[in-house]
Amino acid sequence: MEPLLRAENLVKQYADRPLGEMREVTALAGVSLSIYAGKITALVGESGSGKSTLALCLACLERPSSGSIWFEGRDITALGEDEQRRVRPKLQLVFQDPAGSLNPRLTALEIVSEPLMIQQRFRRQESCERARALLERVGIPGEKAGQRPDEFSGGQRQRLAIARALALEPKLLILDEALAALDCSVQAQIANLLLELQSSLGLTCLFITHDFAMAAHLADEIGVMDHGRIVELGAAEKILRAPENKATLSQLAATARFRRIANPLAVL
Amino acid sequence: MDVGARRDLLLVHRMTPLLEVQDLHVTYYSRTGAAIPALAGLSFDLRSCEILGVLGESGSGKSTLATALVRLPSANGKIEKGTVTFEGQNLLRATPRELEKIRGGRIALIFQEPSLALHPTLPAGEQVSDVLAAHKSLSRKALREKTWQLFADLFPGAESRRIADSYPHQLSGGQRQRVLLAQAIACRPSLIVADEPTASLDPITQQEILSLFRTLRLQLNLSIILITHNPALLVGLADRVLVMYAGRVAEIGPTRDVLSSPRHPYTRALLRCLPSPFDGDLGGRKMKLPLIPGELRRSTQLTGGCEFEPRCTERMDVCTTRAPALVALSEAHNVSCFKYGG
Repeated sequence: MEPLLRAENLVKQYADRPLGEMREVTALAGVSLSIYAGKITALVGESGSGKSTLALCLACLERPSSGSIWFEGRDITALGEDEQRRVRPKLQLVFQDPAGSLNPRLTALEIVSEPLMIQQRFRRQESCERARALLERVGIPGEKAGQRPDEFSGGQRQRLAIARALALEPKLLILDEALAALDCSVQAQIANLLLELQSSLGLTCLFITHDFAMAAHLADEIGVMDHGRIVELGAAEKILRAPENKATLSQLAATARFRRIANPLAVL
Repeated sequence: MDVGARRDLLLVHRMTPLLEVQDLHVTYYSRTGAAIPALAGLSFDLRSCEILGVLGESGSGKSTLATALVRLPSANGKIEKGTVTFEGQNLLRATPRELEKIRGGRIALIFQEPSLALHPTLPAGEQVSDVLAAHKSLSRKALREKTWQLFADLFPGAESRRIADSYPHQLSGGQRQRVLLAQAIACRPSLIVADEPTASLDPITQQEILSLFRTLRLQLNLSIILITHNPALLVGLADRVLVMYAGRVAEIGPTRDVLSSPRHPYTRALLRCLPSPFDGDLGGRKMKLPLIPGELRRSTQLTGGCEFEPRCTERMDVCTTRAPALVALSEAHNVSCFKYGG
């Protein structure tokens, strides 16, 4: 099957000045990754392994130093700024901290309808109707559409961020540590929402996290990053049953495993 | 000291509570004057050299507990009543001078975000020696040596001097958290209260920091209150777990009992919504996770009944009439739920 998006040998170097002298930091040291339509691909790795840099490159928000990203038949890294701007709506990103990525002065409805109006997809009236439907879709009832971000709980804000990302009907939704700041019970709600969107809309998702347990729960494919490289990549079952790389093994070992209480009512 | 003697000493220590919290009430006042109860009659005790895990969701009052113990509620928070007895002294009656000695000296606080807790324009070493200087009268030379010793202890390997000379932004998240730990143990406190100390770290660094807690507890006879929303962190670390809901104790008991045979409907619901993809030949993957219906109420008024009742799947008529009392299921395992008496 042809992948939806294929990254080839991505390299990204940043200039860093820790103590005055210039130093080159290699965030991505040759990453190749294929993302297939309708699948949830999880990317796990320690802090500093290059996960977020990869997310920014794939979302067309950073240009890699070298390498290519094939999407809809062309290398999007080679496109000019105008062309890239037309690609970006198809590759949407959701960040860890919804409080920091939502405009505090807009209502939920305005936040979700804004991208539709900026992209001139629809007129105001229709944009609002679509935004309302999307909010319902992610579990924000119509009567809360007029509230501003600070009136929502952390979980609802993240739902709002997901609704906004979905507004432009992206081909790929990239979630960069989108659950990390949430309580376990709220993480479960958002996880269920993602699974539900996958089965109902055929959503393609790149789920970036350092929580191996959640990655293992959600993903069809898992990639493990270490020092700017993807060191292991494959079907989730395979990686969980027979991990091969040392980095994968040490991350699995560090993942606190929590056995579901078989039947909680039975202990009574 | 040989192992046997050490164990005896630990046993003796564990007999007497180091900290006793009774009927603690903390209320926040909004700008409009509305009173929002954060702690609503919290009681528990902590023994010497014990690690108590405090489990709760945002809004359960767990961070309020951390600050209330050393009487540092935020500006709009007020400790209404209760007692906090620490090393025989009621901290809620202590004078400001006495509190100054206790904060950072006998009780150390560690917060979630190490990049915010450290001063951005001071080297890490200076920030640790500042803590020492505030509590002990030491010569500059002694101060420097003690600081270096702390860094050598917490950063095994040759790089400890370099880290002491570094600014916070030059350190990784794990290193910053170790600097906070150096500050915390600098004056050899008997209690560390750590509020989500590993939330921003990746699992490998997380495990490193947690095992450091384990080591320090034994080396320094420390008691630790570890506040978290992630039950998985407490396995193999905490001696007991306190589950908080709406500013009260829902369940408290030995870690094993609470996490593997939870009794309170809330604890059960909370543990059930964790993904467990490794169970049963990976069969649970991609299944819908069981959710807790509703949301933690952030209202200005306690209902007068059990606060979990609106979300509880096992509610009974009695649940709305009054708040359940703590019921002892065994010597150490207590639950506040009418199912067990209450």
